[in-house]
Order: sequence, then C-alpha cells, then structure tokens
Amino acid sequence: MNLRIRRVTAVLLGLYGLLFIQLNVVQLVKADTYNAHPANTREIVRQFGEPRGTIRTADGVVVAQTVDVDNNFERLREYPHADLYAHVTGYISLNQGAAGLERQLADVLTGDDAEIELQGLSDLFVESDRTGNVTLTIDHDVQRVARAALGEREGAVVAIDVHTGAILAMYSWPTFDPGLISSHNLAQAAADKATLDADPENPLRSRAFQERYPPGSTFKVVTAAAALESGAATPTSPVFDFVAEFTPPQTDRPIGNFGGSTCGGDLTEMLRVSCNTGFAELAIDMGASPLIETAERFGFNNDIAFDLDGAVESTIPNAGFYDDNQPLLAQSAIGQFEVAASPLQMVLVAAAIANDGVQMRPYVVASVDDSDGKRISTTEPEVGATPIEFSTARELTTMMEVVATTGTARNLGFDGVPVAGKTGTAERGPGEPTDAWLIGFAPANAPRVAVAVLLQADVSTGDLTGGQDAAPIAREVLKIALEQLG
Amino acid sequence: MTRQRTTELGLMVLAVVTTVATYTLAGLGEQASIPANVAPFLLQVVCLMMAAHLAVRRWAPSADGSLLPLAVLLNGIGYSFIVRLDDQLAENQALWTLLGIGAFAITLAVVRDVSLLGRYRWTFALVGLLLLLAPLLPVIGTEIKGARLWVRVGPFTMQPGEFAKLALAIFVTAYLVEKRELLALGTRRWGPVVVPDPKHLGPLLIAWGASVFVMVAERDLGSSLLVFASFVVVLWVATGRAWYPAVGGGLFLGGAIASWLMFAHVQTRVRIWLDPWQDPTGEGFQLLQAIFAMAAGGLTGAGPGLGNPERIPEAQTDFIFAVIAEELGFAGGLAILICFLLFIGAGLRIATRARDDFGTLLATALTVTIGLQAFIILGGILRVLPLTGITLPFVSYGGSSLLANYVLLALLLRISDESATGRARAINLHNAQVDP
Repeated sequence: MNLRIRRVTAVLLGLYGLLFIQLNVVQLVKADTYNAHPANTREIVRQFGEPRGTIRTADGVVVAQTVDVDNNFERLREYPHADLYAHVTGYISLNQGAAGLERQLADVLTGDDAEIELQGLSDLFVESDRTGNVTLTIDHDVQRVARAALGEREGAVVAIDVHTGAILAMYSWPTFDPGLISSHNLAQAAADKATLDADPENPLRSRAFQERYPPGSTFKVVTAAAALESGAATPTSPVFDFVAEFTPPQTDRPIGNFGGSTCGGDLTEMLRVSCNTGFAELAIDMGASPLIETAERFGFNNDIAFDLDGAVESTIPNAGFYDDNQPLLAQSAIGQFEVAASPLQMVLVAAAIANDGVQMRPYVVASVDDSDGKRISTTEPEVGATPIEFSTARELTTMMEVVATTGTARNLGFDGVPVAGKTGTAERGPGEPTDAWLIGFAPANAPRVAVAVLLQADVSTGDLTGGQDAAPIAREVLKIALEQLG
Repeated sequence: MTRQRTTELGLMVLAVVTTVATYTLAGLGEQASIPANVAPFLLQVVCLMMAAHLAVRRWAPSADGSLLPLAVLLNGIGYSFIVRLDDQLAENQALWTLLGIGAFAITLAVVRDVSLLGRYRWTFALVGLLLLLAPLLPVIGTEIKGARLWVRVGPFTMQPGEFAKLALAIFVTAYLVEKRELLALGTRRWGPVVVPDPKHLGPLLIAWGASVFVMVAERDLGSSLLVFASFVVVLWVATGRAWYPAVGGGLFLGGAIASWLMFAHVQTRVRIWLDPWQDPTGEGFQLLQAIFAMAAGGLTGAGPGLGNPERIPEAQTDFIFAVIAEELGFAGGLAILICFLLFIGAGLRIATRARDDFGTLLATALTVTIGLQAFIILGGILRVLPLTGITLPFVSYGGSSLLANYVLLALLLRISDESATGRARAINLHNAQVDP
C-alpha cells in the first residue's frame, strides 16, 4: 500500500503543480492583460474613488470638487456650477473617460504628481494621501457676467488680462453639465454622453478656443497693423476715395460696403466705419506678404500655446496663394475668404495691441497647491510673441478708440471709461445670416483687459452685427472685469 | 516524543506571529490604524494555540509535529482576512475556531484507538447518510443560493455534509480493511477483465451512489466530486486494482455528462469555466472579479487591508483564496498552496507509517479529502476546473467546515501517535529481547 500512497502523493503533487502554473499565469504572466481588460473596472473605480483635489476660480469659488458618498464608489465628483465651467474643467467619468483639466491635470489633482507625492524622505515609504488643488485665473464674477450677457445664444466670450495673459472669463454656449457625465448612474451617464456627442451643435466643444470662424471686419485690425508696419499707410495717409464699390484686379465682381454705403478716407476713418472698399484697395496696393506675415506674427497658422489642450489653430492662406488670386486677397483683408480665427486668437490680437505690441501667452491655471496648503507651482506670465512695434500698437489703439467712440463700436463704451474696439460682421457662407464679432479692450489709455465676443447667427436670429449684438456683451464683460481687477 | 512537541511549539509560535502580523497589518491597511484590540487578540490566539498544543502533549504526545501548526496557520490567516472582510462574520468564526479546537481536544481525548472506530462502521454509514440527507428534510432543511446544504436548528445553521464526509470516510475505511483481500482478488471474469464478486462491491456502490445522488439533489457538485474522488483513491490504495480508478473515472465522466445534460446550473458552470469573458457582468462576473483581484495583486500583493475584496461576491467563503492572493500577492497565494502540500505530505507520511491497515487507509482517506477539497476550490478559482462551491479547509468562513476539519486533524494525529508509540513499543520489546 505504501507504494500506492506514494503514487497518490505524486498525483496530488501534480495537481498542485497545475495550480502553481495557473497561479503564475493569473498573477504574473497575464496580469497586465487582465488589469487592462475592458471588463475590469478595478483601476477606474480605484481612480474614481481616490481623493481628488478641488478646482477653484481665482476668487476661491469651487467649480469642481470630490465629496464622500455612501456607495461602492466612495467618492463623487461634483461640479457646483454645472455648465458654467464645463469647457475648462472638463469632466472625469467612470465609463466615459475624462476631458479638460480633469484629464490634463489628473496626476496633480489625485496627488500622483511627483512634486506632491514626494516631499520628503518619509514619503518614499508611506503612501501619501495628499492631493493637489488647482486655482484658475478665471474670476467667478466675470465668468457669470459673461454667461448672463451671452445668454442662451450660440457663441463665445473670452476676456484676458493683457499684461499677463491670464484668462479672466471664457464661456461658450451651448455647453453641458459635467456632473451628468461623472454621475454614478453609469447607464444614465453613458446615455447623456451619447446625446451630447450626437448633438449637431456640439456642446462638448468650446466655441471660444476649439472652433474657428471667419473673423470678418475684426481682422481689419490685422490688415491695418500690416499697413502701418509695412509703411503702406499711416493713420492719416493715404486717403482713399469715397466709393460704394471696389473691383479688385483679375475680376469684374466688385466688393461692396455694409448696407451699400459709401466710404473712404484715411486709415483711421476707414477703420472707424469699417470700410470694406478702402481696406480691399489698401490690401491690393500693399500686397499679400505683409498681411500674411503680420497675421502669422499675431498667431495665425501657428499652434496657440495655451495650457488647455485642444486649442485650434487660426488660419490664413500663405502669401503665394494670392499672386493669382487678387480678388481673394481683397476678401481676406476684410476677414472673409479662407481666413478663420478662434475667439481666443482674436482676443490675443486685441491684447497684443493693448499691451504695447507684446502678446502674453494665455493661460487658465494660475497655481497648484497641495492639500496641506503648500504651493506646488505658479504659472509665471510669459511673453508669447511681439507681433507689432510699440508705435504701431499705440497708433492702432488710438484708431480703435475712435471706432469705439464715434464708429461702429459705439455701444462698447461705459461710465466714461475710454475703450477701444473693432466690430465684425462675418459671412460663414453665401446667403447665410451674418455672425457678429467684437474685439476690444479697456481702459484705452492704460489697457488692462481685452475681450473677444462671437455671436453666431442662424435662421432664427437672422443677420447679426458686431455693433448691435456683440458690443453690448463685450461692454458688460469689460466693465465687470475692470471692477474685479480693481 | 519531546522532539516532535518542541518542533510543534516552535512552528506554532511562527504561526501565531504570522497570524497576528497579518491581522494587525490588515487593520492598519484598512483603517489606517493598528486595531485597538490587538493585545486581547494576541492573547486569545496564544490561548487557543496553547490549548491545542497541550491537548496534543497530553493525549497524543508522539504525534507528528507539523500538522497542527499548518492548520493553525491556515486558520489564522483565514481569520485575519475574514476580520478584514466583515467584523460580524469574524466574531462567529472566532467562536467556531474555539469550538473547533475544543472538538479537536475532545476527539484526541475520547478516541484513544482509531481502529475502535471501525467497529461502529455501520453506525457511521447510517449517520453519514442521515447527515447527508438532513438538508433535504422539511422544516430544518434550508436552501441558500440554490444549494440545499444547510440545516437550521434554532439560531444555528449547520452544513451536515461536512461531518458526513468524515463519517463516510471512517465507514469506507473500515469496510475496505475488512474486504480488501476479497475486493482485490478477482473471482469473476467479464471478458478479459477479472472483477470481484458483486456482493462484496455492492454496499460500496450503494454508499457511493447514495452520496452522489444526495449531493446532486442538494446541488453540491464540489462535495460530490470530492467524496467520489476520495473514495476511488482509497479503493485503489486498498486493493491495488487499476481498474477501480479506471472504472471510477468512467463512472464519474458518465455522471458528469449526465448531470451536464440534466442540469442547467451545471451547464452554466462549465460555460463560465470555458469562457468567463462571454458574459463578464453576468454569469462570469464572480470568477472574473476573482481573476482581476488576483491579477491586481501581482507578485507581492496590494498589502493586507489595501485591496478591493468587496468586489468579489462571497469572498469570505468560496473565494477567500482570491482575497489572499490579491492582498498578499503571488507570494501569499503560493504560501497557501505550500501549506496544503505540506499538510498532504505529512498526512500521507502518517498513512505510510500507520500501525495497521485501518490507520493507513483512514489517514489516506482523511488526507486526500483535505488535499482534494483544497484542490477543487483552488482549481475552481484559478480556472483549472469548473468552479464548484466548496470551502477552502481551515481558511474559509464556515463553522461546520472548521469543526469537521479540526476533528479530521485530531484523527490524523491520533493515527500518527499510535504508529509512533507502536514503533517505540516494538523497539523497546526488541531491545528487551536483545539486551541481557
């Protein structure tokens, strides 16, 4: 019997050998595969249940926070202001991924960032439970006024501190409530996300920096800058004829003025009334190169160095394209044909003029602190580019002040504060209603804040104009931003 | 004598240290503080351990010194993880451990000669069958999660099948000792095969058939497989006839296919075994959660108290191994495997050295029962076998299982002690004759 018992031992040893092999397979060989398996929600649930820092506005208002809840997930991500900051914070979801700062700054918020995690020798041995708190440059009051002024109209508002590049407000409508996507009701979250994805108006994308549109007459500021810098014009010369139409070379189709009016005069006067015919003729006389170079120095055809991912590049064709297409050069000079800009790009144009020709890099993250209150990082203002000379900037400021005093941007002024601005009324396509734009800054004599407003037209709104529709929004935002900056 | 006990005491101290360390770390991991009751806990563990150890010193002084520490270690680690899963269950388990060690001591004290158990083989057969049938009885029989394995008496629920295994093992052993010569000798020729007279085989087949029938009726596939496989192994060890395992394997395959055809729940189990990924949120959920847990553990584990065992349904009973493998990692899982292998090794060594055939076969039956039971549940969790609900001996939550296994352990130690004292007596006798 003893021999047979030894054989039984050997068989049992063999069976346990199988267990040993399979234990190796499950825990070591295929562990990575299993950890990454789509049906395996352990890691996501862990991250989702991890402590996560808050996101606050510059004035301390919480816009994203994690609260303890009494269910399997332990913690819930909340967005107390629902859709107001959606395009900045983004969302973090259990089954729908993450977006915006929630995605970009995941390591910082959860405290997995090395600077937060390892602050001393002891942190090497003890799991750190510190998280990171993010402070935005956005001011809650300015953001709220931006939303109130835009209302439920398709468009976007961006306000920026011209000296630093700090974004003071950035709002786009339609928007969405990130809380819907971060909900623990996973089926509902998936359904809500699918609805948002399928929405033809694309509420998940910010019109402020993730989309681009023809900037219309606001681009005349760039054309004017090119003319001043290239010597093709000064604020007072040359003086263009007062005409109702201008027919560029290589075509017999004339360019007309807004409402069929007659205009002309020097650069200041043409900017004041937004004279299409004069700017078209100026561009033909000046040639394409100075215009394209100036636009590119302002940021066109370049990635915007913005700390929020996904900022779209603004575009203009290259100079060579226009050699055989003089009529299109005339169109581009007034912000039409193939010129496309995001509201963020246009606010940077205004801010560079306001800041004596120096364009600061835009940013929304002011600083990061750990949960113990220790400062981890602060965003230092950085010069992004110097697109125009100091003198050009001053001349443009003076001209834009005229626009905002007696010209098309008359509705921009308030409370005796000198303001500078430029309106735009842009066609997205033949026969479509016109979008309204406005770029501007205040105070014109000592600029602090620049703003860009885009208001999109559709069949229900009919034609919109910069002076009538966009300027009042910009005015409200400039006013509150100046108050907040003190 | 003293050498085995000294070894045992040393190993028990290691088992206690491991248990208390696991318990403390699990509390630290989960609550971020050392459990407040660590000192009383240590005291309790030490008292229980000393009680068991002293019982062995008193009633089985020459028994093998490694089995009790292995059982205590498995019990202690299991308990630490049950505490970590559910405080309320842990209180019950502590009580059951106390009762288990009490039963262990009583068994050692009462059963002074295992071969005497053989005299009551028909009583054990009857008791075993009654215990197996008890859950099917009205009023006291209780069904939990589709399996009718429990008996409810007042506030207590028991799983009498755990004790039935012991009773049946004793019966089968005694029966085989009596009949093994007859069973080994072929008396009839069926074609090329020589088979024993059916009248000797009949009672065995009936006992087997009845237990398997009851298991299937109670939907306890794991126990059915365990009892039958142990039975075939012991039959083969007793007779040396290869056709017993061959025919037994055939019978089992037939039974397995039949139950697969007959029972939807068996088909489900097989389907999950072959492809748990098919329905990861439904049928395959529990097994996949266990696999994901173990994969998350990796080589060294998440650390006691730092995993997510709450994601595995029934973690405290059938899936306790997945929790241990998640939090102690591959290293901890391997340690559990090695504990069972050592247990099997020590148990079968006792079998080979036993004083008589009854001791040999009973030790084989008891050891194979523990070894196979652990293999069946671990194989189920690791997808070596289809998953069948069965406890991991000494580790899982469950009073009946713990109690029965401590009694089983006491019987093994009794056999071991008998053989050692028997040898000692023989040597003394030999020396007495040689010496002038």
